[in-house]
Amino acid sequence: MPFGNTHNQLKMNYSAEQEYPDLTKHNNHMAKVLTPEMYANLRDKQTPSGFTLDDVIQTGVDNPGHPFIMTVGCVAGDEETYDVFKDLLDPVIEDRHGGYKPSDKHKTDLNPDNLKGGDDLDPNYVLSSRVRTGRSIRGFCLPPHCSRGERRGIESLSVEALGALGGDLKGKYYALKDMTDDEQQQLIDDHFLFDKPVSPLLLASGMARDWPDARGIWHNNNKTFLVWVNEEDHLRVISMQKGGNMKEVFNRFCTGLTKIEELFKAKGHEFMWNEHLGYVLTCPSNLGTGLRGGVHVKLPNVSKHEKFGEILKRLRLQKRGTGGVDTAAVGGVFDISNADRLGFSEVELVQMVVDGVKLLVEMEKRLEAGQSIDGLMPEQK
Amino acid sequence: MLTDEIGLVGEISFYFEHRARCLSLCRSSLLGWSLGLFYSTVVRMASMFSRVLTGRNTAMIVAGLGAGSLMSSYVLTDSQVFAGEKTKLYPPSADFPDLRKHNNCMASALTPAIYGRLRDKLTPNDWSVDQCIQTGVDNPGHPFIKTVGMVAGDEESYEVFAELFDPVIKDRHNGYDPKTMKHPTDLDSSKITSGMFDEKYVLSSRVRTGRSIRGLSLPPACSRAERREVERVVVQALSGLKDDLAGKYYSLTDMTEKEQQQLIDDHFLFDKPVSPLLTCAGMARDWPDARGIWHNNEKSFLIWINEEDHTRVISMEKGGNMKRVFERFCRGLKENSSSCSVSSSVCMQVEKLIQERGWEFMWNERLGYVLTCPSNLGTGLRAGVHVRLPLLSKDSRLNKILDNLRLQKRGTGGVDTAAVGDTFDISNLDRLGKSEVELVQCVIDGVNYLIDCEKKLERGEDIIVPAPVIQFKK
Repeated sequence: MPFGNTHNQLKMNYSAEQEYPDLTKHNNHMAKVLTPEMYANLRDKQTPSGFTLDDVIQTGVDNPGHPFIMTVGCVAGDEETYDVFKDLLDPVIEDRHGGYKPSDKHKTDLNPDNLKGGDDLDPNYVLSSRVRTGRSIRGFCLPPHCSRGERRGIESLSVEALGALGGDLKGKYYALKDMTDDEQQQLIDDHFLFDKPVSPLLLASGMARDWPDARGIWHNNNKTFLVWVNEEDHLRVISMQKGGNMKEVFNRFCTGLTKIEELFKAKGHEFMWNEHLGYVLTCPSNLGTGLRGGVHVKLPNVSKHEKFGEILKRLRLQKRGTGGVDTAAVGGVFDISNADRLGFSEVELVQMVVDGVKLLVEMEKRLEAGQSIDGLMPEQK
Repeated sequence: MLTDEIGLVGEISFYFEHRARCLSLCRSSLLGWSLGLFYSTVVRMASMFSRVLTGRNTAMIVAGLGAGSLMSSYVLTDSQVFAGEKTKLYPPSADFPDLRKHNNCMASALTPAIYGRLRDKLTPNDWSVDQCIQTGVDNPGHPFIKTVGMVAGDEESYEVFAELFDPVIKDRHNGYDPKTMKHPTDLDSSKITSGMFDEKYVLSSRVRTGRSIRGLSLPPACSRAERREVERVVVQALSGLKDDLAGKYYSLTDMTEKEQQQLIDDHFLFDKPVSPLLTCAGMARDWPDARGIWHNNEKSFLIWINEEDHTRVISMEKGGNMKRVFERFCRGLKENSSSCSVSSSVCMQVEKLIQERGWEFMWNERLGYVLTCPSNLGTGLRAGVHVRLPLLSKDSRLNKILDNLRLQKRGTGGVDTAAVGDTFDISNLDRLGKSEVELVQCVIDGVNYLIDCEKKLERGEDIIVPAPVIQFKK
């Protein structure tokens, strides 16, 4: 039970076998990894804030998953979760992040100068460019577990830090519960507003509790830099603009993030980060960089090619509909982004997107002209 | 050094588990010694001086101080319930929910003062007030419909958090005061009169209630093992039912497609809850584990297991014989001493069956049968009919008539549906403060009145709005 799972002691009255979840119909990373022995070993443990194994896996128990899509099925309630429950989370991480081992080290690189190119994606095809990541504030519990007081603490710290941004990053905070109708409509039109989660994957983990208390959106006056407060993570940081200048987007992203981190440090707070897992976020799928860099790109011909899936796989990219993670593509326009999060640096991931999208656009042009793209097939990255 | 430590610790509010399991996992432990005296001094000081802590590093350090000592502070409430305590990082004012846009019974009753007194209390099963009210915080309610906005995690919730539950109960149950009043239980169906409706109007009759198994946590709080235990206990007991009550259990996890379709066609199958009122309370966890439906072969007696309550018991049949429906209901639930002997194999009832196995239902004098939602306390009983009232349904006085008769109307799809055409679900409004017999009689008398009105309108005569029915017998 999220927050204050004081109820854990009661379960010790029953044997591990009696408490073990029925995962026979489940298909998610947690269900693949968890065994009765592991459950028995971990179930009496808690993080210092009281997060337990059952809290970690509740969302995976409640959502058996899809035969084709492999969801993660577990969440962290605080930074220590990844340590206390490493017996479960390490194999989940390894499975989800392409064989990333417990001994591996993750490289962080937020220097935009290291990105080559990225300023010349053809705007006739690339409609918009976007980079997002998440950050967690060390010392606070994560959204599945935080109390109202903690969540409000996170909000006020964040608003204070963001308020100190200047230049082209200067902006304003809109708390969800105080928003006027006009402000709300504007944010919807700008595609900035996030809704109360409806996905059972998120709801079952407890991160939607007390909605909309202490949730809000901050964006700069230019509407190119956006921060979500207390949605699925403490902070989601987004840099975006129309057209194909990914380099500029990434520049602003890195500059903004670095400034925000400095501002937090000045107040005695830092982000959750370690050498092994990089930036620590609520869902294990977002560890490392937590970065999804992508474009909305017109690929009506390439997308119909029989090798489209294979091409994306080799480029280490994934496709989504333009409505986001659970949507389908409309009118041949796809959201193409990096598939990886952990084990590659930010620069490396955005480089993959830039190079990959460039190639895809090239292929699209060839197919338009009735030419073959066989000669352009990439190697596996 | 000791004074410095006390000074530091005294200035912050910090975090203890009431059983120090987590402390062994704490990474930073400044002081490896357990000092009983220091510890109790610290606890006293912490309760005197509390300030907002902006990070948990200090809390972890302080938590490490207690490593090795099993610190449990137990608080005896007035009703002698042993509950636990857990002091949290933030003072209650930082955690107090924002209820300004809320319209439910919990939001009407909760004040910062009450929250401040209750927040750190725990029931013996370690259930907290935050967990009780989560559904009410997450669901502000509707300007016209006042939901309850809180649930119990166990039987003791109603005691430990009485300061909040009592005003909510009073609000919801028309002034019933659990501190001073007693709830009458009466399952003697022989007392019912005129229980046969005109079947030209009444299409079906139904009585439902809920029962909780004492000693096991309620659906918002229960662990998987507890829920499975509820299932095991109830299914085992039900297998002892005989004759017209003999039946079969269909577990949601093991159901075949054919069985599922049959149960849907019979209108027996319940779905995974989608209403946020229920899901936010945590009762849908681990679905469909340990959930199921039991019904007798005649399909007139039905039990839901581990849906919103441990059990929901339903007696129903087509037509207007409410007396028979209620008689079967009582017999199925509890021994009816005027018509059965204890040893008779015809009269094995659920309550006796579970008692034989050393279990009993949650019940007390103040609150009657204890269920998850305060709205279902007392009898937990909803007796109703599907009734056709084509002329009356268009009369503007219908709602007032229903009000005075202590009845409510729903659509025939259940609580959140609208009426289709001229057929309504009409049932009792009240649950607590009146006995089962009184409530069923109230429905019978009320529905007979409505049918009478309909007949009058058919004849072109006028109808009268009846005087209001008396609330509680004091």
